[in-house]
Amino acid sequence: MATDSYAIELRNITKTFGKVVANKGIHLKLRKGEILSLLGENGSGKTTLMNMLSGIYKPDEGQIIVDGQEVSIQSPEDAKRLGIGMVHQHFKLVDVFSAADNILMGDENAGMLLRRNRYEKIEQIAKRFGFEIDPKKKVCNMSVSEKQTIEIIKVLYYGAKTIILDEPTAVLTVQEIAKLFRILRKMKEQGHSIIIITHKLNEVMDISDRVMIMRKGEYIDTVLAGETNEQQLTELMVGRKVSLDIARPVVEHTKPLLEIRDLTIRNDEGAVAIDKINFYIRGGEILGVAGIAGCGQKELCEAIAGLRPIESGMMIHKGDNIVGLSPQAIIEKGIAMSFIPEDRLGMGLAPSLSITDNMLLKRYQKTGKPHSPFVDRKAGRQFAQQVIDELQVVTPSTETPVRLLSGGNVQKVLLGREIATGPNVIVTAYPVRGLDVNSSYAIYDILNKQKQDGVGILFVGEDLDVMMALCDKIMVICHGRLMGVVHAHKVTKEELGLMMTGAMDISELNGKTAGIAKDSNIQEGGEENA
Amino acid sequence: MSAMDVISLFVYYIVVYNIALLYGTVGEIVTEKSGSMNLGVEGTMAVGAIGGYLMGCLTDNLYVGILAAFVFAGLCGLLFAWLTISMQANQNVTGLTITTFGLGLYFFIGKGIGKAWPVMQQKEHLLQQVAEIRIPGLADIPIIGKGFFHQNILVYLGFLIAIAMWFYMNKTKLGLRMRAIGENPAAADAVGINIKRYKYIHVVLGAGIMGIGGYQMGLNLGGTFEGSNCWINGYGWIAIALVIFANWNTAKAILGTLVFGFFNTLQVYGSALAETFPKALGFLNAIPAQVYQALPFLITAIVLIFNSVKKNKTSGQPAATGINYYREDR
Repeated sequence: MATDSYAIELRNITKTFGKVVANKGIHLKLRKGEILSLLGENGSGKTTLMNMLSGIYKPDEGQIIVDGQEVSIQSPEDAKRLGIGMVHQHFKLVDVFSAADNILMGDENAGMLLRRNRYEKIEQIAKRFGFEIDPKKKVCNMSVSEKQTIEIIKVLYYGAKTIILDEPTAVLTVQEIAKLFRILRKMKEQGHSIIIITHKLNEVMDISDRVMIMRKGEYIDTVLAGETNEQQLTELMVGRKVSLDIARPVVEHTKPLLEIRDLTIRNDEGAVAIDKINFYIRGGEILGVAGIAGCGQKELCEAIAGLRPIESGMMIHKGDNIVGLSPQAIIEKGIAMSFIPEDRLGMGLAPSLSITDNMLLKRYQKTGKPHSPFVDRKAGRQFAQQVIDELQVVTPSTETPVRLLSGGNVQKVLLGREIATGPNVIVTAYPVRGLDVNSSYAIYDILNKQKQDGVGILFVGEDLDVMMALCDKIMVICHGRLMGVVHAHKVTKEELGLMMTGAMDISELNGKTAGIAKDSNIQEGGEENA
Repeated sequence: MSAMDVISLFVYYIVVYNIALLYGTVGEIVTEKSGSMNLGVEGTMAVGAIGGYLMGCLTDNLYVGILAAFVFAGLCGLLFAWLTISMQANQNVTGLTITTFGLGLYFFIGKGIGKAWPVMQQKEHLLQQVAEIRIPGLADIPIIGKGFFHQNILVYLGFLIAIAMWFYMNKTKLGLRMRAIGENPAAADAVGINIKRYKYIHVVLGAGIMGIGGYQMGLNLGGTFEGSNCWINGYGWIAIALVIFANWNTAKAILGTLVFGFFNTLQVYGSALAETFPKALGFLNAIPAQVYQALPFLITAIVLIFNSVKKNKTSGQPAATGINYYREDR
């Protein structure tokens, strides 16, 4: 029978949230033992569709057929029973539980008591699936890759035949991605059917048998991975021809604008987050910061913006020390910071305030009459309108609360506000986090334009391909230590990956310390390499 | 009375007058560990007290009273659960509402019906049933023997529940699932745990335990409705602070109860201590009564400050307590 060869079949699935149609008449067929990539921009409804398979959402219309039988999936419990397991993008693990307890907590067949031998049992089961884990390790002490492994074991432990992975590579290093793909191929050989959600094209081409493309909640096409190329996939995904090249305009560099010397910063827990780092940014260059998530990037950005006290070291802006200055004084020196945290709204913008109010948050001292207790909303509105026009923010009005905007537009508002203050140094962390191709390229253009105007940009990123194309130089940090500063067009992804995991350290090369400029503004500093 | 007897009696009072705190604390820990923040401990204990007392008087049976206290307070918990879990109401506001409601119901029954209804004055036999049970051997241990092993059934039950709940939460699979919900309901949901069922059960269970504590207080005070204070008299609020002191561990709650009880009991027993040991503890008589009255609350405040300043990586605070869970939340 034809239907028997499919592990999962979705017919005409529609799902709406209020007025927003997230999925509209989607069809999907997953063959047994294949890897299907689900490709689409952000907001194209990929995760929503998969969440209906995993029981998080219920479809408004349509049929779900599993192994030739029509089923109704009302809850994650139902999905589990049907042999469908999902590894969510934001891991669903209990931080304070051990690996074993996280796996065991959903096991209904186990006995009533938590026995000591449960750790051994889980370790053996993991080994059978081909994983080495420490079953007693708590999730909060694990790396992202380890957490993902636990999620995969969990899904396999519950006997899933169909496994869905939502953007599994977003937070992994190159080496970890290669390892994950080996695991996926092995699972495929063992007869599992796999759906992988991603928007990284090279990975799609690498891992999948077939690719299904979605756009704006609609089904577009399904193609064989062997019969397509990245350009065609992009066009299907975006709906028109796009150039995939990120421009890297050549700009004449100025003297170092911001120099960081022997900087040490502690994190909230009091541990060393940044350990004696040296680097500098010139005007007209983009310096990328690469590193595994949580390697001190946040602490570094906060220290430069004056939000976090430093332990030791120097931060010199155009020859002036900025250590110990208030955030306001640092802003006045022309240093702007925009940090996009994982939840994308947490830092920098007040979600329930309007665009105007958010603009005023940073400008209220400069608008209105001096010493007046009242806020000049008119100026704020003009300012908001200016940002909306210049960056083409899609919004009903300047008075729309920021949380109602789409991710890309929120990030444009944040970056726009920073740029509008006319900075000479921009510190931007994850500016394209979670954005689709179109919005990402709009952000790259904004940054490049600033660079051409002579602004020095510190770009904390996560996608190595983007950083290698956009940045002039890339500095790599691993657990707060500088591993080296390299020219973006001379380095390979593998080298960056090795540096990110600490396997390669070129911070001291030929007796020269990376991150110290030849024409430094600091006269006395850096004796050791004078 | 020998010096030994004075101290022994002091320990006895610490336990018997403060065991209700243990009920309240354990009940709140069970509730919070399963992901709900019920600030209505004071009101829930009051409802348990009056419900248990009413049914105890009616049936003239201590044990029916205990059961009724559990059921009446459990109904308060059910109301809280329905409002916050099914109707997604704000947990803090709902908890405060439960306190107001519970105290209102207490005064309505106690001062209104209680005085007019003769059956609620027939408490003598009920109080007689709260007899002390002597555990042979253990009760002879000096100093602590009388306090811990020559007590009434409600004291023993309090310790038993605290230890049983510790075992349940830390050593059983149901306890593991319930803690998973308190930490990360989305994670629990994803592995197929029925969030609503678990939350309902534990909110009701926790409230029921609080209620027994309230009943114990009522019986301790001899079931009078005089004065403007409720029987619970702020113990529900102290219990919420004790949860933090005990680091969300019901076994440690026993220790917390005794520490608070120590200061609490000085109020009534300080002068006896001062007379027995004039040299060492004579100063206890010089301290004004108002200071003693304020002491438990002062200690509560100090403990809360200490706990929030101290950075504790092994904190038992459940991460998702107080946050409503809605699966389709985006």
